[in-house]
Amino acid sequence: MAVVNEIWGRAWREFRRVLVSVGLGLAAFFLLFATVAALLFSLAWIGLPVFVEVIGLVRRLAGVQRRRSSPPIPVPYAPLPDGLLRKVRALLTEPATWRDLGWLVVQGPVGLIGMIAFGLWPAAVQGVLMPLVHWLLPPSVDDLSYQGIPIDDQRTAWLVIPLGILIGLVAYALPRWYLAGEAWLARWLLAPTAAQLADQLAARVERLAETRAAVVDASAAELRRIERDLHDGAQARLVALTMNLGMAEDLFETDPDTARAMLADARAGARDAMGELRDLVRGIHPPMLADRGLPGAMQALAMASSIPIDLDLRLERRLPAPVESAAYFALSEAVANAIKHSHAERITLSATDRGSAVVLRVSDDGRGGADPGRGTGLRGMERRLAAFDGTVRVSSPVGGPTVIEMELPCAS
Amino acid sequence: MRVVIAEDLVLLRDGMVRMLSAYDFDVVAAVERGDELAETLVALRPDVAVLDVRLPPTFTDEGLRAAIAARRAVPALPVLILSQYVEPVYARELLSDGAGAVGYLLKDRVGEVGDFVKAVRQVAAGGTVMDPDVVAQLLGGGRRRAQLAALTPREREVLAVMAEGRSNAAIADRLVVTEKAVSKHINSILTKLDLPPSDDDHRRVLAVLAYLGT
Repeated sequence: MAVVNEIWGRAWREFRRVLVSVGLGLAAFFLLFATVAALLFSLAWIGLPVFVEVIGLVRRLAGVQRRRSSPPIPVPYAPLPDGLLRKVRALLTEPATWRDLGWLVVQGPVGLIGMIAFGLWPAAVQGVLMPLVHWLLPPSVDDLSYQGIPIDDQRTAWLVIPLGILIGLVAYALPRWYLAGEAWLARWLLAPTAAQLADQLAARVERLAETRAAVVDASAAELRRIERDLHDGAQARLVALTMNLGMAEDLFETDPDTARAMLADARAGARDAMGELRDLVRGIHPPMLADRGLPGAMQALAMASSIPIDLDLRLERRLPAPVESAAYFALSEAVANAIKHSHAERITLSATDRGSAVVLRVSDDGRGGADPGRGTGLRGMERRLAAFDGTVRVSSPVGGPTVIEMELPCAS
Repeated sequence: MRVVIAEDLVLLRDGMVRMLSAYDFDVVAAVERGDELAETLVALRPDVAVLDVRLPPTFTDEGLRAAIAARRAVPALPVLILSQYVEPVYARELLSDGAGAVGYLLKDRVGEVGDFVKAVRQVAAGGTVMDPDVVAQLLGGGRRRAQLAALTPREREVLAVMAEGRSNAAIADRLVVTEKAVSKHINSILTKLDLPPSDDDHRRVLAVLAYLGT
């Protein structure tokens, strides 16, 4: 019983996979047609945006195929530049584009073979049931045949049963070969080539070197700032404090009134030093962030804001401390920008956990026009997040609204 | 007056025990960890508890959480929270049950011994004590800034001291004006902010803080 279940289970699984493959083949056929049409139109310029869109669809279809392969095939594309013409040029010079198109050309016919695999099952059933069919049909029907063999009498009808069983066996075995072949083709055409992998790695190493340098610079600057704050602030106050205490000690017997005044000064100095240390600590690592993580710190941000802030927090887990800290400072920078420049009436802060990444979004209903190229704030945010492979997307048309979306990869 | 202290640093814990004992408090327990603090508070039911926010084992906000948990079991259990920094979010959580008998002060204030002991007594008596730093943060940044702009500078001063939990007499004393002038200012403030008038100091403070915190 278990064996039968297993055989049926496998046949059913393979059947579904072949079905998807046939669907992909059909889609590939249409997309191939669309690509050729878009290329022809592109000769007359107007087709260029269509071409970019169609290639986007091709990549999505190829993406489906990459994901359903096991193990999944890595994505070979280099990031696309901005601007239509530059995009088109990048797409045309990207080998992966042509390899994708090659896959489209192959996948269409492959889908057809898949359809044949489906046709085998009814044929097998028909062969096995042939004696019954012949017996049931009225004698007036005399052109009954099976796979080209004319069935004239009941004896031949019995004789084609083995042929039906054979076709059944092929129908059962074929999907496995078919799927293996399809997967091999997909891997051959859709996987990054060695050269692409090397390029990707080189680009990644370069980026890591850049972000590492930026992080080192930033933390060195931060340390200098802390050192200066301590030196000019709390440290200086403590020196003054000990001076006051020393003088008060000397005057204790001879001039108690002055001594008392100096003690009061000393206490005020100590209080100021504590305040400064507290502010410094808050700047290094906000206590709310340490206590409650990003959601708590975002609540505190919202409470301190002069523009009403709506919160949408869908983040249950604590992130690694450095990620949390980078995310918080980027967020508070974005909120400070919104308060200073946007003239908004409402700000919305959201944090969403997508499992492999956390998405933070700051949007306002202000006047827009924030330019990532100009504002040092936005560039600072990018630098902070880049250290964790995070990205910042800014959408801020003149007239608003402004949406700043930050994505930080961090697996749960 | 029976008091429970929770503070993880020995130096500060011993100092506090000595100081409160010197002012005739009966320190029934001096706890150094946060894990069983809420249970201790519920079991001992002190007249007032003085708790550090940040305690072992996690060194985050267990003092606050223990206070809120204990007050859920024993409503209006007087609690004074001390912290190296003050957060309006925490103040809001402390005040949210509306029962009063809470305080939230910077640890620095322990140094002003007289004022600190007064604050402990005020909380034990059911009053509300807010650190000037919390009040300043609420007044300075919060979203009520537009409405607060309608107040005169003098009214803002009165509001700030009132939000710390002071009585009319104490406000008059601090700002060097008559009590009559203070109550006139307060009426004007409550009208401008659209808050219900109240003669009860505690209710008034809670209303003002709730207003500033939302």
